[in-house]
Amino acid sequence: MIIPHPLLGPRDSQEFTYLGDADLIDRPDWQAENAADRFYEYLYLRDNPAGEHRELWFHEQGDRSWLVVTRDTVTHEISKVELARDVARARGRSK
Amino acid sequence: MHDLAALTPLSATEPRIERIGAIRIVEVTDRSLASLTCRSGKSRPFEAAAKALFGGALPAPGAWFEGAPFSLIWTGPEQWFVEASFATHEDIARILKEPFGDAASVTEQTDGWVRFDLEGTPVVDMLERLCPVPSRRMKNDAATRTMIEHVGCLVLRRAADRFSVIAPRSFAGSLHHALCAAATSIA
Repeated sequence: MIIPHPLLGPRDSQEFTYLGDADLIDRPDWQAENAADRFYEYLYLRDNPAGEHRELWFHEQGDRSWLVVTRDTVTHEISKVELARDVARARGRSK
Repeated sequence: MHDLAALTPLSATEPRIERIGAIRIVEVTDRSLASLTCRSGKSRPFEAAAKALFGGALPAPGAWFEGAPFSLIWTGPEQWFVEASFATHEDIARILKEPFGDAASVTEQTDGWVRFDLEGTPVVDMLERLCPVPSRRMKNDAATRTMIEHVGCLVLRRAADRFSVIAPRSFAGSLHHALCAAATSIA
């Protein structure tokens, strides 16, 4: 599989490691009233779609950036790749 | 004062030069190396200091340039390796830290890495057996981190028939073996 890196162009997937669902970016507020329930969901509950899936990949053997890859889990077709930090900043995160 | 003998990454007193067919594999030990990273929110003073010190723009993602005294290699977002002559810039981290101040984080890398220069017409054929980057299509200013035999390495193109591979120093022996094996297979 080839992953089109937003900075470096097409790269072999063996340079990457896979983390999982991109929702892991949205870590719940630990001070919220329902923090225990939300962390339970954050840690354990995942959709397992046959089709389009947004997921986190780490370019470990490359420039070490985290990517949000939109991939079809049935065909492995990749429709979108973003830097995870851009995604996080777009959601109002500072770092 | 201790009187210690300096050893090369391959544990010898002199850098190793290997000639296999039309390929030359040269252990390079006369360069010092530091990592230079722009601190969060400091990109403006960082760029000003870089322009004053290096005399131009920093290399873009996937690129490097050879300059005097400093060569720069892009290693990640807002991060570069800076290379210079060991004879004149042994304390490269201090030399870089002064002009950048708190706009950059600088770490000494010289003894953490080993550099092998690969020379010869079939060098692209050799790299195609070693790493997944498209070495044939790389331009002369291209540099990228990739994998050679499971070792994370920086691969730089210098000319049509010249590349450099920079790898963690503790892998020097394993990487040298891999390079020699690939060179032998096409010799």
